[in-house]
Order: sequence, then structure tokens, then C-alpha cells
Amino acid sequence: MKPVLVISARDNVATALQPIEVGRNLDVNGVTVPVTESIPSGHKIALRPIHTGEAVIKYGSPIGLATKEIAAGMHVHTHNLASTRGRGDIEAPEPQPQPRLAEPSA
Amino acid sequence: MTDRLGFQGFRRPDGRVGTRNHVLVVPTVICSSVVAERVAAATQPIGTALPHLAGCGQLGPDMRVTHETLAAYCGHPNVGAVVVIALGCEQVVAQSLADAARKHGKPVEVLAIQAEGGTVRATEKGIRVAAALAEQIASQPREWCDASELVLSLKCGGSDYTSGLASNPTLGRVTDRLVSLGGSAVLGEIAEIMGAEHLLASRATRPADATKLIQIITRVETEARALGLDIRGTQPSPGNIRGGLTTIEEKSLGATHKGGERAPLEDVVAYAAPITRKGLTVMDTPGLDVESVTGMVGGGAQVVVFTTGLGTPTGNPIAPVIKITGNAKTARQMADNIDLDVSGIMDDSETLDSTSDRLFAEVMAVASGQPTAAERLGHREFAIHRRNPTI
Repeated sequence: MKPVLVISARDNVATALQPIEVGRNLDVNGVTVPVTESIPSGHKIALRPIHTGEAVIKYGSPIGLATKEIAAGMHVHTHNLASTRGRGDIEAPEPQPQPRLAEPSA
Repeated sequence: MTDRLGFQGFRRPDGRVGTRNHVLVVPTVICSSVVAERVAAATQPIGTALPHLAGCGQLGPDMRVTHETLAAYCGHPNVGAVVVIALGCEQVVAQSLADAARKHGKPVEVLAIQAEGGTVRATEKGIRVAAALAEQIASQPREWCDASELVLSLKCGGSDYTSGLASNPTLGRVTDRLVSLGGSAVLGEIAEIMGAEHLLASRATRPADATKLIQIITRVETEARALGLDIRGTQPSPGNIRGGLTTIEEKSLGATHKGGERAPLEDVVAYAAPITRKGLTVMDTPGLDVESVTGMVGGGAQVVVFTTGLGTPTGNPIAPVIKITGNAKTARQMADNIDLDVSGIMDDSETLDSTSDRLFAEVMAVASGQPTAAERLGHREFAIHRRNPTI
């Protein structure tokens, strides 16, 4: 079994098909990627440097933006990759006054 | 004679085709759900109930969705006869559910707990009429039906990294094949199309459907924004994240494989609304598994294929739900819930051509009556989507 799978030639990450230990050198389509962090099975590994704010590409499409500088061989997950979709928390509107029951009069 | 692909199904008076032949016991309201469940339990396995939490105290749009979903199940081709169990003072009108069944040519009986004089008498009468209906429909034979008469519901849940690599692409091949044979497929879970909508929109045969799809996805994002919430709290789920999925875009790109690569997008419809066009339809359902399956079956799907990475038990009261996984560990650990193991894709011991041939054969066998794991285990989950508070 291959240790990692690259789905599209445009991808800058690969999916680990087994746990991958630090120190291994992966041969991915002729390019050597030194593994610098342990990668759990099913998780992603960077195939080349990805700069902060740059799109992480899997299935040939963007899956979010890098939130930190990512070097080839690093683990790519929630600590350094964030979604750009449905982010009400960073685009929150002005809070609206909520109707409430009248205060009892003094 | 041509070698047409097909299955043994039940031909209905309205021209549709069923894969099951149930007596459906429908409570109009939460208050009559227990009686409905007892009536269905007494007429197993042909009897099946639709216990639900709604039917009263709901405002306009939610009330309409509740009523239309229940009516859609009353008219569904997997249903041979209907018993409507009312309380007597609720909003959902028992007679209009009965009319929905009659419109599709199904025998139907109605009773109300208040009019019958309580739980015991209503349950006794319900069991009597359900048993009579069961006897009446039991003799209907299965007949050969063309694959093009199938509406397949496409679902994934408990996804992990294997879903986007093995089980969803396997299902996508089956979708493309069924649609090329003239059949239909329906994809729900709008939040899990977010990030992959460009791929589906580009396959729309009518530009209006591409626009509608984008509008619905924008609505979901706007709702999250209006609440000031981060959709990441729920999408991907904590289990998805442990499995290696980081963002909703990543989950969606894997999930959208279920819709195939070629099948044209022919329609975009509301929750539980009728699926009337051949090809691929997108339905506006939430990502919650049971609400999503409930809506797609309401739309007319007679078989559900449910891909899973981590494993999940979900079934449906009237439609068989086939479980398929690309995770070898899940296939072993949750063997009683899994119908088809396609983990060979992950270790290169099987090709997509082979797994999709097996899945297509499984769909036709299940459509012809072969019970699924969910059916054997009695999984009959049912939940109607609601947006607004109960008043």
C-alpha cells in the first residue's frame, strides 16, 4: 500500500493512508518530501511550502487558507488550515436588540 | 430482446414503482405517536410507523413542511396502504393525509384517539384495521421494473478520509450509471455542498438551477452569519476532524463525489418536495442524517445508499438504506451495520470499476426485496426538518 495518496496533480497536500513517522523521506511522484511531523492515518501532509494566506488544494480545489507558514513535510490540519466558508464568527453583524418581557414596574 | 437492467418492484396505480410494500401507520401529531408505534409493532414486519415530534404548535412554513412530508410518505410508492391516527384537536388534518394516500390509489383508514375513547380503544381498532389492510396488500406480486424507474437517494454520514477516496467515488459511479440508464438520483445536505457548488453548478442543464443552487448555499452561509456563528462548530463534526477532515470545503469536495462526475444537474427542489426529473436533483435538506434521509425519501426515493467512514446505524421507516464503507476497520467493528465493504480501494486490492459493479448489483438486489442491515436491525429513524420554534 502506498503511504500517501495525491488525488489531483494540482494538490499541495497528500492524504496519509497509514500513520507516517517523523524522519521518513516520502517519494511523491518523483519529488522527495521529508516528513517533519508525525501524520496520523487519514490526515494531510504538505507536499511543498504553503505560505500564510495561501490556498490549501485537495481534490484539485481550495479547501481553505493556511493560517501559518507551512513547510513541506508538515502536518496540515485545524492548527494551520482554516475554512473560508460559513464564518459568521469573523463577519458578525451589529448585535440586534432582542425583544424581551417587560421588567416588572417598581 | 435487449438486456435492460432492472429489479422486481411493486407497480402502483399512480404509475410509480415501489421497492417495499408497507402498511404505513401515520400519527398526525406527536400526541398520537405512541398509539401509531404500537399499532405498527403489532403488524410487523409489513407495518411501519412514522413517529414524529410535530403536527401542532407550529407556525406557517414549519407546519406546511410537516404536513407535506407526512402527505408525501402517505403517497410514497414503497407504501401499499395507510392508517392515519389522529388525536382530534391538532393542526395536521387527518383527512387531508388520507386524501394524499387515496390520490395515489392506496387504501386508507382514519381513526382519532379522542373519538375512539382513549389509548386502549384506539390501539385496538388501529391494530384491527392495520391487520386487515396488511392482508389486503400482502398478495400484491413483485413485477419486473426498469432501472430507469428508480430514484436513488445519495447520503453520507460519519465521514472520514476514506469517504472521499473510496465509498463516495464508488457511489458516484453508480449514480452516473443509473442516470445514463434513464434513472434519477437525489443529493441533499446543502451545507456539505458548500465549497464544491462550482462543480455541480457547471453540470446544470438549465441555468436557473445553477443559480438556485448557489442561492440556497448562500442562504445557509448567511444564516450562520446572522447568528454570528462559526459553521465550523458543527461542520466538519468532531468525528470528521479526528478522521482527518479539516474544513467544510474538504468535506464537501469528498461528499459531492456521490453525485457522480457526468450526471447532469436537472433540478433543485425544496425539502421533501417531489423529485420529478430524471438525472440528478439537489434537495434543500440539512446535514443532520435522519432529517436529510427523511426529506429525500419524502421526495420519492425508493432506495437510499448511505456511505460512511466511521459507521452509523441510520435507517428509514419505508425505504431500505444500504450502508457502504471504505474503512476496513469500520467494516469489521460495525459489521452488523454495514452492507458493503469497499475498503479494497484504499489498499489497491480492488478498483472503482469493481466496487461500483458490486454496489450497482446490491442496489438492484435490495430494490427487489433483499433486506439491508438497517432493516434487519429495525432501524427506522424518521425526523422532519424544522426551522422555527414551537409556539
